[in-house]
Amino acid sequence: MYTQGLDALGDESLHLPEEELAELEAHFQAKIDADEKIEPKDWMPAAYRMTLIRQISQHAHSEIVGMLPEGNWISRAPSLKRKCVIIAKVQDEGGHGAYLYSAAETLGISREQMIEQLLTGQAKYSSIFNYPTPSWADIGAIGWLVDGAAIMNQIPLCRCSYGPYARAMVRICKEESFHQRQGFEIMIRLCEGSTAQKRMAQEALDRWWWPSLMMFGPDDANSKHTGQSMRWKIKRFTNDELRQKFVDVTVPQAEFLGLEVPDDALVWNEETEHYNFGPIDWDEFQRVLAGHGPCNQERIRARIDAHESGAWVREAALANAAKQSKNL
Amino acid sequence: MSRASVVPVSVDFAQTERFRYVLRLADTSLILGQRLSEWVGHAPALEEDLGVANISLDLIGQARMLLSYAGEIEAAGRDEDQLAYLRDQNDFCNLALVEQPNGDFGCTIVRQVLIDVWQLELLSWFDASTDQRLREIAAKAVKETRYHLRYSSGWLVRLGDGTEESHTRVQTSLNDLWKFTTELFTPDEIDRLAENAGVAPNLNVLRGSWLHRIDEILNEATLTRPDDVPYVWFGKRGEHTEYLGHLLSDMQYLQRAYPGVTW
Ligand SMILES: [Fe+2]
Ligand SMILES: [Fe+2]
Repeated sequence: MYTQGLDALGDESLHLPEEELAELEAHFQAKIDADEKIEPKDWMPAAYRMTLIRQISQHAHSEIVGMLPEGNWISRAPSLKRKCVIIAKVQDEGGHGAYLYSAAETLGISREQMIEQLLTGQAKYSSIFNYPTPSWADIGAIGWLVDGAAIMNQIPLCRCSYGPYARAMVRICKEESFHQRQGFEIMIRLCEGSTAQKRMAQEALDRWWWPSLMMFGPDDANSKHTGQSMRWKIKRFTNDELRQKFVDVTVPQAEFLGLEVPDDALVWNEETEHYNFGPIDWDEFQRVLAGHGPCNQERIRARIDAHESGAWVREAALANAAKQSKNL
Repeated sequence: MSRASVVPVSVDFAQTERFRYVLRLADTSLILGQRLSEWVGHAPALEEDLGVANISLDLIGQARMLLSYAGEIEAAGRDEDQLAYLRDQNDFCNLALVEQPNGDFGCTIVRQVLIDVWQLELLSWFDASTDQRLREIAAKAVKETRYHLRYSSGWLVRLGDGTEESHTRVQTSLNDLWKFTTELFTPDEIDRLAENAGVAPNLNVLRGSWLHRIDEILNEATLTRPDDVPYVWFGKRGEHTEYLGHLLSDMQYLQRAYPGVTW
């Protein structure tokens, strides 16, 4: 699939003489080392292009699939203000998907191809969205923790070496921090509320804490892509560094809410000035990644249903556009 | 004849009727916004997820202003949320058209065009209403509604004049939904009092301009206007189709399950 995109772009670097290729690569790396941005028309190694296509499209798919667990509470939002906030949030995520698809398209793949990859399971999306939202508090917890973790991951991407991705991230990060605050506000309201509301909030934290830590990806020892991505300045921090930062920021917030983080091993370490936390269940991570999380089937089914039942609409739009252009 | 007897002062329009009239407008926007929001995340294309979310947000925003105003008129201490979440089905007075299920995307679009043109005509008329608050609310809402109609009529033309399948689908939806438009223009006591007080337009006159615009759009969409049928639901009088109860049980669930708490 990816190679199709590359062929279409006429990427012929594979056929170049070795010295010429080495020279291009050296020039490319020098640009990155000098913190200059790589733009769509610039020469780039095929592997850099492929890494970015994989990462940006995965990111876009995550935004789109991420609309579903929260969409689950749009119709039941408990006040009109909250309803407006959650609709606007889910809409923002759709907008993020749209910018990111556009950023990926600058690398020579089409949105249709990317969607095809999502629906056929060839492309992944963030596993976090395979967890369910049984209560309203999950909407708070998602904003607080999931958007919070997303911000940690994404702020460094605003300085990513690939120009269109970096620029998309600047815009996205602004909105994500709104989402995080709105989610935290939902949690505050619940934690100040009735016993039932507090219980709802605690249960949501119990559900989302560990999956949120998994959002940063495998630990550094097992992360395939980290080394090369750091050299290319697609990535600026390792998974474990970002995860630690998230824990350090979030634990005091949980304390402020009066909630208990579901980790017996969690303790402040005076020496390192970081929290120590318990081991992550990587089996669960792999299980969800492999398609066996609580909602994997429902999420992808919902995307397929929307795509299939919208097919006649998209066909009609194309047919009408063709008639219009004939009439011109 | 003095001017006062030609244009009755709005005081003649008693508090209870004014409350009821504003509530009708509010409920129509609220229920339609709620219905549209069901699409978010499930629309035929990403752009449509965003477009439908926009319209839904505008409508709920309008509903909030109108509900707050209704609450002030009633002066019984009910705010927008109490009115939205704690009334039963027979106290809702939205037009029955807007509580109809979304159906396929074409059906949603047909419903939207029918109501957008109605809202646009009505909101434009409110510029001359004797009710100052309605004038103010309408001034903002009319701009939004113009955009809604551009969106919905654009889609109706695309679907009506798209493929054979899309044409058949939207024509069928139009045939199914048409009967609900009767309610829009069948005045009852409150409509008449509102008209006499200069708060609201004459519905017959409104129907003329509504029909004119609808015919233009249907024509461009190569669709046929169905014949009027006598059957009619009166959502505005609290006589609703079976669909509203389900919508409300979903929408009101948290407020009903956990009474008296804040969210
Ligand atoms: Fe996002
Ligand atoms: Fe977000």
